[in-house]
Amino acid sequence: MSKQPTCYHCGESCEEEIITFDDKPFCCNGCQTVYEILNQNDLCDYYRLEQMPGISPKVAKQGRFAYLDHAEIQDQLLDFKDESISKISLYIPQIHCSSCLWLLENLFKLQPNIKQSRVNFLKKEVSITFSNQELSLRGVVELITSLGYEPEINLDRTTMTQKKSISRRLVYQVGLAGFAFGNIMLLSLPEYFGLDLESFDTFSSWFGHLNLIIATPVAFYSGWDYFKSATVSLRKKRLNIDVPIALGILVLYTRSAYEVVSQTGAGYFDSLCGLLFFLLIGKIFQEKTYHRLSFERDFRSYFPISVTKLTEYGEESIPVNTIQKGDRILIHNGELIPVDAILIKGDGRIDNSFATGESKPIKKNSGDRIYAGGKQQGEAIEIEALKPLSQSKLTSLWNDQFTQEEDFTHFSKITDQISQWFTPIILFVAIASGLYQLQFGISEVVKVVSAVLIVACPCALALAAPFTFGHASRWLGRKNCYLRTSNVVENLADIDHIVFDKTGTLTYSKDQSVVYHGKSLNTAQELSIKTIFRQSNHPLSRIIYNFLPNGDFPILNTFKEIPGKGLAANLDGNLYQLGSPNWLNTELKNNNETTVVVAINKEIIGYFTIQNDYRKGLRSLINKLSMQFKLSILSGDNDNQKSALANFFPPESELLFNQTPQDKMDVVERIQSNGIKVMMVGDGLNDAGALKKSDVGVSLAEDVNAFSPACDMILAAEQFSLLDHFMKFAKDCKRIVIISFIISFIYNIVGLTLAVQGLLSPVAAAILMPVSSISVVGFSTLATWIASRKIG
Amino acid sequence: MSVLIILILVSLAVAIGFLVAFIWSVRAGQYEDDYTPSVRMLFDDKVSSKSEINPEQSDKNH
Repeated sequence: MSKQPTCYHCGESCEEEIITFDDKPFCCNGCQTVYEILNQNDLCDYYRLEQMPGISPKVAKQGRFAYLDHAEIQDQLLDFKDESISKISLYIPQIHCSSCLWLLENLFKLQPNIKQSRVNFLKKEVSITFSNQELSLRGVVELITSLGYEPEINLDRTTMTQKKSISRRLVYQVGLAGFAFGNIMLLSLPEYFGLDLESFDTFSSWFGHLNLIIATPVAFYSGWDYFKSATVSLRKKRLNIDVPIALGILVLYTRSAYEVVSQTGAGYFDSLCGLLFFLLIGKIFQEKTYHRLSFERDFRSYFPISVTKLTEYGEESIPVNTIQKGDRILIHNGELIPVDAILIKGDGRIDNSFATGESKPIKKNSGDRIYAGGKQQGEAIEIEALKPLSQSKLTSLWNDQFTQEEDFTHFSKITDQISQWFTPIILFVAIASGLYQLQFGISEVVKVVSAVLIVACPCALALAAPFTFGHASRWLGRKNCYLRTSNVVENLADIDHIVFDKTGTLTYSKDQSVVYHGKSLNTAQELSIKTIFRQSNHPLSRIIYNFLPNGDFPILNTFKEIPGKGLAANLDGNLYQLGSPNWLNTELKNNNETTVVVAINKEIIGYFTIQNDYRKGLRSLINKLSMQFKLSILSGDNDNQKSALANFFPPESELLFNQTPQDKMDVVERIQSNGIKVMMVGDGLNDAGALKKSDVGVSLAEDVNAFSPACDMILAAEQFSLLDHFMKFAKDCKRIVIISFIISFIYNIVGLTLAVQGLLSPVAAAILMPVSSISVVGFSTLATWIASRKIG
Repeated sequence: MSVLIILILVSLAVAIGFLVAFIWSVRAGQYEDDYTPSVRMLFDDKVSSKSEINPEQSDKNH
C-alpha cells in the first residue's frame, strides 16, 4: 500500500483530495486556509512545536455566532467589561498540545485588538482580553473558530462555577494552621525539653502570650467551618459529626488561653494548631477526590437515549449526544426537548414543568425558540437544533428534579442513622472520662477530653458512603445503567418488591410481528393512521408506525393522546380513534395478542394485533429475581397475556392488567404502605407517576426518547437481563459501606481506649484521624472495584 | 538572654514573611494551573518580522 500523504495541518490522511500549497499537502480547504493565515502572520512556529498539531476547522455557517452580538448574552459571558476593554474566558475542548497553547497565546499577532490571551491548559480554557471598541466578542469567537478552535459556549454559567476545585479559603486555612503549628512548636521547645522555666519566668509567660497571639486566628479562622457547621446542626436540634470537633477545639483553646493568662501553664496551642492542620489536610484530600468523582459523573456519563432525526432519506434514530447544530429532530407527544431549538413545523405546546415547575403548556408557533428541558404535549413537532447537546444541562435537569444536594452536607441514610447515636455516645464518653480524670488535675481532664473528642471524629464514617456509592454509580454507568444521584445505590440495595410494566419492558418494543385484520384500508387511510401513530411515543404506536408503509404525511387538525386508552385525531373532517378495545367498547375474540382497534367516525374498521415477543433472558432473570424479591406486573393492556406471563412468574406474583396510569400509582402506593420498598421498571412515559412514586423508578431506554426526569435510574434495554446483577452489586455496595463503618469503628475504639487512659496526646489523635479516613476511602474504592467485576 | 527575644522576633518575622508570600501566591492564582507555565516558558520569543509587537501584550498579570 502506498503511503497516503498526511495533512500538514491536522495530520489526517488526505483520502478524498490533496491540496498542495507551499509544497505541503493539506486534506481540505479549511486546513489550508488556517495554514495560510498562520503563514502570512509569521506564526509557523505552530508547526515547529509539534508535528501536525492542527484541528481541521469545521465549515462554519455564516452568522452562526450572530447571537453573540446581543448585549444581554455578552453580559452573561464576559468576565469583565469597561469602556475600552473586555475580558472573556472560553472553554475550548480542542486544546491538546503545546502548539495549541502557543497559537492561542499569540492571537495578538493575528488580531492586534486582542490585547492578551492566556491559556489554562488543564481546564482547557483561554482568557482573552480585547479592546471592545475595535473588536466585538463575535469577532473574537469567529477568529478562533476559523483557526479550528471552536469554543463551547455555555450560557448556563451557574454550572460552570460549580466546577471550581479546592476553594482558596480552605488553602488559606491550611496555610495559616501550618504556619502556626510550626512556630508554636518552636516556641514550645523549652517546654518539650523540660527546661526549668521557673528560672526564666518572664520567658515562659512571654512565650505563652506569643503562642496565644499566633493561635487565636488559627482557632477562629482555620476552625471557623467546624464552628459554623456545629451551630447550624445544633440549631436544628441535631448532633452532626462536626459537633465533637468544634467542642474539642473550643475546650483546647479556652483551657490554653486560661493557663497562659493566669500563668498556670503553657497551654496546648501546639496540639490545637496541629489538630486543625491535619484535619484540614484531610478535608482537602476529601474534596479533591470527591470533585474528581462528580466531575467524571457530569462529563462522562451520558444517557443512552435517542431521538428521531429527520434526514433526506427519512427518519433515523440517533443517540441524543450526537445531535449537531442544524439537525432536524422530530419530537413526539410527551417527549423531552433535548436541546435549545427553533420550532419548524407543528403546533408546539411546551410543558416546562421539569425546568420551571410551571406545568401549563406554553403555545409556540413555528419560528419560535424553544429551550431544552421542555416537554411537548400534543402532536409531534419538528425542530431544528440550535446547538449540540449540553450533557451537563441534561444531567442537571435530572438532578434538580428533586433538588437533592449531593455533597458532604447531605449524608446518605445509613450515615445519618449512625451519626444520630454516635455523637451522643462520644460526648458521653468524653464527659465520663473527663470526670474520672478530675482526680489527676484539671490539665489531665483537658488533655483527655480533647483527645477523646478528636480521635472519635467519625470523618471516616462520613466518607464511606459517598465514596462507595459514588464509585458504584460510576461503574454502573459503564454498564449503561445511569443513576440520578449516587444515593440511588443505597435505595436499590433496600428494594424488596419489583414491579414491571409489560409492553416495552418485558416485551421488545420493536421488530415485532404486526398483523392487520378487518376492512382493508386504502392508501390515504393508511397514511392517516400512520401519521397519527407518528405523534405518539407509546411502544405500541412506535411498532405499528414502523409497520405501516411510508408516504407523505397529511396534516392533522387536532390530536390527543389519552394515557392508557389510545389516540384520537381529527383529519379531513374524519375522527380517527386508535386504541384499546375497552376504550372503543368492543369485544374481540382473538385473545393471544395485544390489540389496537381502529375506529373512523366511531365505526370500528378493524384492528392491529401485535405478537408479544418477550425479551431474551427474561425467564432466567425472573427466576433469579424471584428468589430474592416479590414480583408484580402492572400492565395497561388487556389480560390476554396472563397465562403466558404466569409461566414466567412464580405463582404468588400479582399480575394486574387494564391498569390506568393512576391505578399503577395507587398499586405502588398500596404496596409501600406496608413499609415495603418498591422498584418500578417501566418505559418511562406512561408510567411516570408510578416511577416517581416508587422508591427506585427504573426507565428502560430503547430506541425511543424515553427520558423521564421522574425516574431514578435509566437502564439501556439490552442490559435488562443483567438487572439481577445490578441489584446484587447494589447490595454488595451497601455491605462495603457497612464494612467501612466497622473499620472506622475499630480505629475509634483503639483510639478511644488509649485516649480515655490519657495515653494519646491530641496531636497524635489528629494524625490518627486522617490515616483512618485514607484507609477507609482506599478500602471502599478497592472493594467497589472488585464488586463491579462481578456484574459481568 | 534578651538576645533571645530579638532572635525570636526575627524568626517570627521571617515566618510571617513566608506566610504572606504563600497567601499572595495563592491569591495570584499560582496554584490554579500548574501545567501551562512549564510549557509556556519554553516558547521562543522570536521578534516577528511582519507584525509589530504590541507593547501592551507583555505580561499583565491578572
